[in-house]
Amino acid sequence: MTILVGYLPTPEGAAAVDAGLREGALRGERVIIVNSPRRGAPVDEHMIDDAAGAELLRRAREAGVDAELRQPLHDDDLPETFEQLVRETGATLIVIGLRHRSLVGKFIMGSEAQRILMESSVPVLTVKAAQ
Amino acid sequence: MDISPILEGFGVVLEPANLLYCFVGVIIGMLIGVLPGLGPGATIAILLPITYGIGPVSAIIMLAGIFYGAQYGGTITSVLLRLPGEASSVVTVFDGFALAKQGKAGTALGIAAIGSFIGGTVSILGLTLVAPVVAGFAVDFGPPEYAALGILGVLLISSIGNGNKLKAIIAACVGLLIATVGRDTFTGAERFTFGSLNLAEGIDFIPIAMGLFGLSEILYNLEERHNQVHSPAKVGNVWPSRKDLGQAKGAIGRGSLIGFVLGVLPGGGAVLSSLAAYALEKRRAKQPERFGRGAVEGVAAPETANNAAATSSFIPLLTLGIPANATMALIFGALLIQGIQPGPQLVTEHPDVFWGVVNSMYIGNILLLIMSIPMVGVFVRILRVRPAIMAPITVLITLLGAYTVRNQVYDIFLVIVFGVLGYLMKKFGFEPGPLVLAFVLGSMIESSARQSLLIFGGDPAGFLTRPISGTIFALVLLVALWPLIGRFVRRKTPARVEEKISS
Repeated sequence: MTILVGYLPTPEGAAAVDAGLREGALRGERVIIVNSPRRGAPVDEHMIDDAAGAELLRRAREAGVDAELRQPLHDDDLPETFEQLVRETGATLIVIGLRHRSLVGKFIMGSEAQRILMESSVPVLTVKAAQ
Repeated sequence: MDISPILEGFGVVLEPANLLYCFVGVIIGMLIGVLPGLGPGATIAILLPITYGIGPVSAIIMLAGIFYGAQYGGTITSVLLRLPGEASSVVTVFDGFALAKQGKAGTALGIAAIGSFIGGTVSILGLTLVAPVVAGFAVDFGPPEYAALGILGVLLISSIGNGNKLKAIIAACVGLLIATVGRDTFTGAERFTFGSLNLAEGIDFIPIAMGLFGLSEILYNLEERHNQVHSPAKVGNVWPSRKDLGQAKGAIGRGSLIGFVLGVLPGGGAVLSSLAAYALEKRRAKQPERFGRGAVEGVAAPETANNAAATSSFIPLLTLGIPANATMALIFGALLIQGIQPGPQLVTEHPDVFWGVVNSMYIGNILLLIMSIPMVGVFVRILRVRPAIMAPITVLITLLGAYTVRNQVYDIFLVIVFGVLGYLMKKFGFEPGPLVLAFVLGSMIESSARQSLLIFGGDPAGFLTRPISGTIFALVLLVALWPLIGRFVRRKTPARVEEKISS
């Protein structure tokens, strides 16, 4: 049994990892931290480097959780990437961070978090960044 | 030597408008140098229509800036992401990325920038001294000499260039064929026009260049699946230490020389010289095993050499009117668009163009040195742009540019046809470079060959009895037969060849 945690180097992402690790310790389950860069550009600012990845895993060890970092590429569809990981790992929970978006912004750009909420086949835990 | 035209050239460069174009050119060059895929050739091709609107000096200053600026930019991604932005920075990857992994990315970039600056400047000095001498020598050239030079140029470019020689020669022949399309200037006979009025005017250089270099490269790059995404790189201190500089000193000096010499040779240019400089440093090194693990010389030598070569490849173009590589062919075309025939007369007839362009390189190199060290972070940001966004915009600019030249939709279709042709050529391993070069030189070869035949009264032996054209034709023969001679020599001394390969 595993827990998927969506992570981006933002306050929301950090909050998601915190919540995911707490949940992992509570349930005694493995945590997979997913940091998925978008395919196409040579550089994605949301992709974390090895040092930052090691830091995340160190925090997981401190929390006493067995964790793993995955960085699969995604095309236009991030929810699909999560669904695939759920199927692959048999995850029972997805943890993601939420940020506030205006109605217009959501209308034009869409919201990946919302789509993960709607389309995911397993329960989704959403957290907000620390105020 | 009379230095007053050189000083007047500085006067031309320092006009605010020209300074601005130089600045714009080197910035565009840096940006596309950073971007993998789009090279300086494609960019210059796409921007050719812009040069219509501005004066010849400003136009060439800008295009030249793009060309040597790209050599600086290509380094950045080689070092930070192990992703060579330009072909001429491929060897920099080995030691540059190794240095970056040791946390010395700044040192590598600093050394590369300083090396590039020195290489470029040495080469410009060489250009300043050598070019007028060569041009002075070539002033006596008549049509037979030009015909011979043109043939030698086409042959050299197709045989020295990288890739399959047979395919390069085929591409060059297609280029020569395309050059003949249109109404014959001597007799008025229509050739390969199929009754079309558009074709009767001949095929213009701009749509060919924009299609074969611009559009085809965009199409070709779109196909590539980008399966590697990197996290943004951090660049620390870019000032190399005194110890690193001391270590790189020799490599920079030798790189400048190699780059200068190889850049002059047709078909050589930046890529070949960076490889040669790297190989030389590795052979000279006391501990060759350091190379590939972060040797400062391994960054300094190729980066210095590619900049020196980029600059010195202007020599054959500005003095003989023979473009040494594909990018030079585009600049040749840009000069023709402005109504200026590149050749030995350039120094005397258009000293403002000649010295303006040469001297702008001093200024451009200083600008690049100033920009490249503190602004690396800014340039790296462009890597976040996805090709899916970049490509449609570039295609739009290309097609719009093609239209604006003569306001004819026909030109747009021509660009698309040549774009698809270029794409297919690349797919099947043909380089579009020889085609464009042969096209550019083709009309020159034809008209000067026919003028000479008129001079000789129809006797082709005249080409061989004139001393200079005779010598050039002897060279043509030598180049054409070189593979045979090479095979003969190799059979005689197999031991030495083996030694060459193993070293």
